[in-house]
Amino acid sequence: MKRGFIVWSVLCCFFLSFGFAKGAFAKSKIIIGFTVSQTGKLNAESKEQFNGMELWKDYVNKHGGIYVKNLHKRLPVEFRYYDDESSKDRVQQLYVRLINQDGADFLISPYSSGLTASSAIIAEQYGKVMLATGAASDGIFSKGYTHIFQIYTPASRYLTGALDLLKARDPKAKKVAIIFEQSNFAKAVASAAKNYAEKKGFKVVIFESYGKGTTDFTSFLNKIAEKKPDAIIGGGHFADGETFAKQIFEQRLKVKLVSLLVAPAVPKFAEIGNAALYVTAPSQWEPRAKFTKSTAKRLGLPWFGVSANWFIKKYSKLYGETPGYHAAGGFAAGLVLQKAIEDAGCLKSSKVIRALENMDLMTFYGRIKFDKGDYYGRQVGHEMVYLQWQKKDSKLEKEVIWPRGAESAKLIYPYYKKF
Amino acid sequence: MEAWIGAILSGILLGLVYGLAAMGLNLIWGVINVINLSHGAFIALGMFSAYFLFHFAGLNPFIAVALVLIIGLIIGMGAYFVALHRVLDAPELSTLLSTYSLSLIIIGLGTFIFTTNPRAIDIGLGSIGVAGIYIPISKILTGLFSVLFTVILYLFLYKTWTGKAIRAVSMNKSAAEFMGVNSIFILSLSFGIGIALAMIAGCLIAAIFPFTILSGSVYELKSFVICVLGGLGSPLGALIGGLILGLLENVFALKIPVGYIPFIEFMILVIILLVKPTGLITKR
Amino acid sequence: MKRGYTLIWLIPLILAISLLPVIAHSVIYRETIFLILMYITLAVSLNIILGYTGYVSFGHIVFYGIGGYTSFYLMYRFGVHLILAMIMGGILSAIIALIVGEAVLRLRGAIFAIATIGINEAIKSLVTNLQFLGGATGMFFNFKIYKTYGGAAKAIWFAYWIMVVVTIICLLTSYFIKNSKFGYGLFSIREDEDAAVVLGVNTKRFKSIAFAISAFFPGLVGAIFFFKAGNIEPDDAFHLVKSIEMIFMVMLGGFGTVSGPPIGALLYERLKGILLINPLFKNLHMAITGFILLIIILFAPGGIVGWFRNRFKKLRSLLE
Repeated sequence: MKRGFIVWSVLCCFFLSFGFAKGAFAKSKIIIGFTVSQTGKLNAESKEQFNGMELWKDYVNKHGGIYVKNLHKRLPVEFRYYDDESSKDRVQQLYVRLINQDGADFLISPYSSGLTASSAIIAEQYGKVMLATGAASDGIFSKGYTHIFQIYTPASRYLTGALDLLKARDPKAKKVAIIFEQSNFAKAVASAAKNYAEKKGFKVVIFESYGKGTTDFTSFLNKIAEKKPDAIIGGGHFADGETFAKQIFEQRLKVKLVSLLVAPAVPKFAEIGNAALYVTAPSQWEPRAKFTKSTAKRLGLPWFGVSANWFIKKYSKLYGETPGYHAAGGFAAGLVLQKAIEDAGCLKSSKVIRALENMDLMTFYGRIKFDKGDYYGRQVGHEMVYLQWQKKDSKLEKEVIWPRGAESAKLIYPYYKKF
Repeated sequence: MEAWIGAILSGILLGLVYGLAAMGLNLIWGVINVINLSHGAFIALGMFSAYFLFHFAGLNPFIAVALVLIIGLIIGMGAYFVALHRVLDAPELSTLLSTYSLSLIIIGLGTFIFTTNPRAIDIGLGSIGVAGIYIPISKILTGLFSVLFTVILYLFLYKTWTGKAIRAVSMNKSAAEFMGVNSIFILSLSFGIGIALAMIAGCLIAAIFPFTILSGSVYELKSFVICVLGGLGSPLGALIGGLILGLLENVFALKIPVGYIPFIEFMILVIILLVKPTGLITKR
Repeated sequence: MKRGYTLIWLIPLILAISLLPVIAHSVIYRETIFLILMYITLAVSLNIILGYTGYVSFGHIVFYGIGGYTSFYLMYRFGVHLILAMIMGGILSAIIALIVGEAVLRLRGAIFAIATIGINEAIKSLVTNLQFLGGATGMFFNFKIYKTYGGAAKAIWFAYWIMVVVTIICLLTSYFIKNSKFGYGLFSIREDEDAAVVLGVNTKRFKSIAFAISAFFPGLVGAIFFFKAGNIEPDDAFHLVKSIEMIFMVMLGGFGTVSGPPIGALLYERLKGILLINPLFKNLHMAITGFILLIIILFAPGGIVGWFRNRFKKLRSLLE
C-alpha cells in the first residue's frame, strides 16, 4: 500500500510540470494568433502568406499600432504562431493553445481550406474572431459559424472564369477534364466548376481526384490521352500542381488550355521552366491588376490602407521577390482586422464582429464585403483575375489575361503551341 | 489505341520501379524471415542521398546509384548489428518493432534535418516520342536500371559462393554453419544488401518523381503487396509483382476511377494472405 | 490465484487526474488530460489482443476509425445523441472485428501484423471513395449539433466526462479479463497456441472474443474524439502512425500487464507534449520515440512495469 502512494505522489509531481496559465494584464498590446506551415507540402504558399502578414505588422507598428477608441491609445500588434507542419493533426491542438495559453485576442487562419476548417471549429468553440485567408472553400461557411470571416474569393467562383475564357477564345472547344486534389478546397472548386461547365454546354469527360501528396500522375495522363479533352482544369496546391504541370509537359499532351489552382500563381512556379509556359491559373490578386483610390471613388466605396505600388515595392525590397496573391491575402487579412478594430473602438469579439458585418471597402487587394446570409462570413466583394505564364525576352512572366478590361496581355492559345 | 499502348508502356516502366523498390524487402523477408518495417525509411534515405549527391557533387542519380549501393550496404550491415542481431530469435513482434523503431529514428532525424518540404531532382533529359506517345527518358533509364539490378542480384545469389551461402542460411541455418558458413556475417550481409536495394530504388525514384522525407511509406506499403503477389526470396518474383501492380495502376485505371486502385491493391494483399497463409511462410 | 492491489491505486489515480482540470479551472489541462485518457484507453484495449493473447494487431487503429465514422455519421445525419451513437460505433467495431477476426486470426506472427495493416489501408481507401461519408475530405458538424449539449463549450466538457467513464470501464475490463479463466486461456494462447489447443482451450473462440473486446473500446474512443473535434476524415481516422503509437505505449509500460499500458500512455503523452511545443525538439520527437522503443525492445522487453516487477519482487501485487 505504502509504495502505491509513493508511486502516486511521484506521478502527481510529474503533473505539476504542466506550468500555469498566464493571468490577464492591463492591455498593452493586441495579440494575434495563428499557425504557419513552415514545413510540409504547403510551405511555399504559407510562407508567402506569412511574409505578407509580417509586412502588415511592421506597417502598423511603425504607426504606433492600432487605435483602440475605448482605451484612447494605439496598441501595438504582436504575433504568436507555431508551425503546423502542413498537417491537420496539430492544428486544433495549437489553436487551443493559442487561445488559452498565449491569450490571443484575434486569430488568423492557417493556410489552406483544410487546415482552416479544422481551426475554425476551435475558434468557434471558444468564441474568437478569426480571419480566414488562404482558405477559399465555401463549405467552411455553411456550418453555422459566426466568428469566421473570409478574405479570398470563395471556391464556387474560382475556376468559372477559366471556362468563360475558353468559351470566349474558342467556342468550338467542348470537352473538359477536371482533375483535382482530394482536399477541401480543390474539391469545392472542382464541384463548382463542373456544375458551371455543364450549365455552359461543356462536356466534362473526366472528373476525378487524386490523393494528397501524389507525385505520379501517369494514370491520369493516360486517361487524358484516351479521352482527348480540349482543356484540363483542376489541381490543388503548390507541390502537386507543379508536378502535374511538369508531367503534362513531359508527356506532350495535346490539350488547348491548362488551368491549375494555386501553383502557377506562386512565383516559384517558374522553376519548372518550359513546363510552366502557357499554363493559366486563377489568382486572387496580381501585381498587374491594380485597385486604387480612384477605383474606390468610382464604386463609391471607402478606401483603406496602402497602395498596391507601396505594397509591391516594400515587399520586393524585404523578401527579394515580387509578391504573389498569397502575400497580398496575408497583408489584406491584417488590414481588414485593423479596420474592424478601429471601427469597433474596442477589442470585444461581439463589437468587432458587428464592424466586420458592416464592412464594405476597397483596398489594394480589391473589394471586401462579407456574406450575412446562409453562408455567414463568406467573401462576396472580392473578384478573381486569371493569369498565364508567357515569355518576354526569353524570361517567364505572369500576365493577366482575364477578365476583359483588366488584361495586361492576350491569351496565347492553344497550350500545345509550344511543343 | 494510342492511349492503351501508352498506358501499357508507362505501366511496365512504373512496374519495374515498383519491382526494384520491393526487392530489398523481399530479399530480407525471404532470407532472414524479418519483415523490415524500416524499408520505406531507407527508400527515403536513398532519395535524399541522390538529392545531395546531385546538388553538391553534381552527380546525376544514374551515376550516383553506384555510390548509394556502397553506402546502403555499409549502413544496412551496421543497422543489422544495432537493431536486429539481438532479437533475431525472439518472437516476431520484436523484429517488427525493432525495425520500425529504426524507421522512426531515420524519419524523425530526417524531418528534423531536411523538414518535410517537397524536393525534386531535375536532370532535364527531356522526352522521346514515337507516333504521338511521349515518355520521359529518365523513366526509361530507371526501368533499365531496375532490370540491370535484378539480373545482378540473380547472378549474385545463384552463381557466387556468397550468394549460395545466403540461400543456404535461409534454408537451414545450422546446416549451413556446419558446412563452414559464417552465418552471422551472411545474415548481416543479406540485410545490408536488402537495405542497399531499398536505397538504390529510392535514388532512382528521386530521378523521376518529387519526394519528401515521408515518401518512402507509399512504396513500403506497395512493396508488401508486391511481395505477396510475387512470392518471397526471388528477385524475379519481386519484378513480376511490381509489373502486375504497375499495369494495374495504369491500364486498369483507364476504365475505373483511379481512387479505387489502392483499395483493390490492399484487398489483393489481404485475400492472398488469407488464401495462402501458410504457403508464404513455410515455403522454406 | 490471489488478486493483487493494482486497482486500489490505479483507479484513484485516474480519477484524481481527471478532476485536475476542474480543480485548476484550466482548459489547457482538460485538453491534455483528454488526450492522456484517450491514449490510456487505446493502449489498454490494444493490450488485450497484443499483450494477453500475443497477436500483433498492427492496424488496430482501424477500429477507432470505424467507431468514429459510424457515430459521426449517425450524429451528423440523424442527430443521434453522442452516447447512443458512441455505443453503436463501439458495437459495430466489435462486430467487424468478429467477422474480420474469423478470417485473419488464423494467421500468425508477422503475417497477421501485415494483414491488419492491409485491412486498415483497404478500409481507409474505401472510405476515401464513399461520397456519402464525405469522401477524402470527410464530414464537418454543423455547429447547431452542439446545442443539444448546451453549446459548444459545454459539449466539450460533456465529451471529456464521457471519456473519463470509458477509460475507467476499459481499465476494469482489462483487469477482470486478466484475472479470469478467460484471461488464463488467452495467456496460454500467447505462450503456445498449439499446446493451448491440446489442453482443451477453444482457442478460436477465445481469440475472436478478445479481438472483439479490444476493438470495442477504440470504437468508443473514436466516437468521442471526433465528436469533440467536430470533423472527421479518412487520413485522421485511419492514421497508421496512431496504431504504432498504441503499440509503443503498450511496450513502454509493459505488455501483458494491467498497469503497464496506462503508465506507458501517460508517459508517452507527456513526452510528446513536452517535445512538441519545444521548437528545437518538435521534429525530434519521432526520433526520440524510436530510440526509446529500440532500447525497450533490445534490453527491456517487459517495459517499465516488467522491469519493476523483476527488480522489486514485493511490488508484484501492486503492479500486475
